[in-house]
Amino acid sequence: MPAPIWKEFKDLQEWNELHKQRQTGDKHSETFETLTEGLHQFPGGFVLTTVTDNFLNWARKSSVWPVTFGLACCAIEMMATFASRFDVERLGMVPWASPRHADLMIISGTVTIKMAPMLLRIYDQMPDPKWAVSMGSCSNSGGPFRHGYHVVKGVDRVIPIDVYVPGCPPPPESLLNGLLLLQDQIAHFHKTGKKAPPTEKVD
Amino acid sequence: MLTAADVRSRLATLDGVTIAEGDSPLTVTVPAAQWATIATRLKDEMGFGFFSFLSAVDWKEEGLEVVAWIDNTDARLSVVLKTRLGAGGTTCPSLAEVYRGANWMERECFDMFGISFEGHPDLRRILLPDDWVGYPLLKLYDVDTPYPPYR
Repeated sequence: MPAPIWKEFKDLQEWNELHKQRQTGDKHSETFETLTEGLHQFPGGFVLTTVTDNFLNWARKSSVWPVTFGLACCAIEMMATFASRFDVERLGMVPWASPRHADLMIISGTVTIKMAPMLLRIYDQMPDPKWAVSMGSCSNSGGPFRHGYHVVKGVDRVIPIDVYVPGCPPPPESLLNGLLLLQDQIAHFHKTGKKAPPTEKVD
Repeated sequence: MLTAADVRSRLATLDGVTIAEGDSPLTVTVPAAQWATIATRLKDEMGFGFFSFLSAVDWKEEGLEVVAWIDNTDARLSVVLKTRLGAGGTTCPSLAEVYRGANWMERECFDMFGISFEGHPDLRRILLPDDWVGYPLLKLYDVDTPYPPYR
């Protein structure tokens, strides 16, 4: 039996087509833009903006508050990550029960077509800048339920994703690694609205 | 105490009823017209008070088959009621008046197979979104049916 050629799979072609353009989810802060541009007019002004950027990014990455949002069995592993043994609070993360105060959404589980509008609504309620981590095969690509009639084939069809964590479900160590990758991305966050590219997707 | 042989002999006298071999459960195939009457008799006369579940099977060209499992918890007996709706048939009498537990089961069955249960008090979709088109558990349903923007 010949080995399958992955590029010939219809699903993957579809995914490639979908990801040629990244969704623009973030709003730019006009005032901040003008201020920065103004500062750049002065000689050596960029030193100030770079320092400010670094400081802000340090502050952002040290207090990423995930909204407590569990969808399926991955949520059990997510809860384990939030609990005392793995202790995400040492990374400055406080699981918060309101999207209005949160910076991060961990999509932990299968997203169904009926759930997708609610998910989008919760994501929209989060203030900018915000990040999203797709946790587990189901939210990465649909996973074992991909060919079901009611499953969204990857949550990135609904909201933009920064870090994909593979696994079914990913153990807490995996998710922690994903969260550290996210912190790394946030450290390279420029001014407002520009994000680092997402991590490579692994189904 | 009621035995499986008693139930078998009582049901065997009725028209159009066939009972398969084996006593646990008793598999009783009835005509669609007598679906509710036989369920009523099983409940009132033979004490089958516990309605376990109701579902359907798509036999393609042969049409749909509705399956219900009911129990007599005192005599520890189970009956599987089956009825064929015939090729292209989508109507079946409702059991919601006999067993209240059948209400949501029949709604789910309507949701997934499109079987309209006559006499059901509130037949509408229960699991899928209201704007869903088609019945996903039918063999003819195409899982790649577009559902913008999610599929």
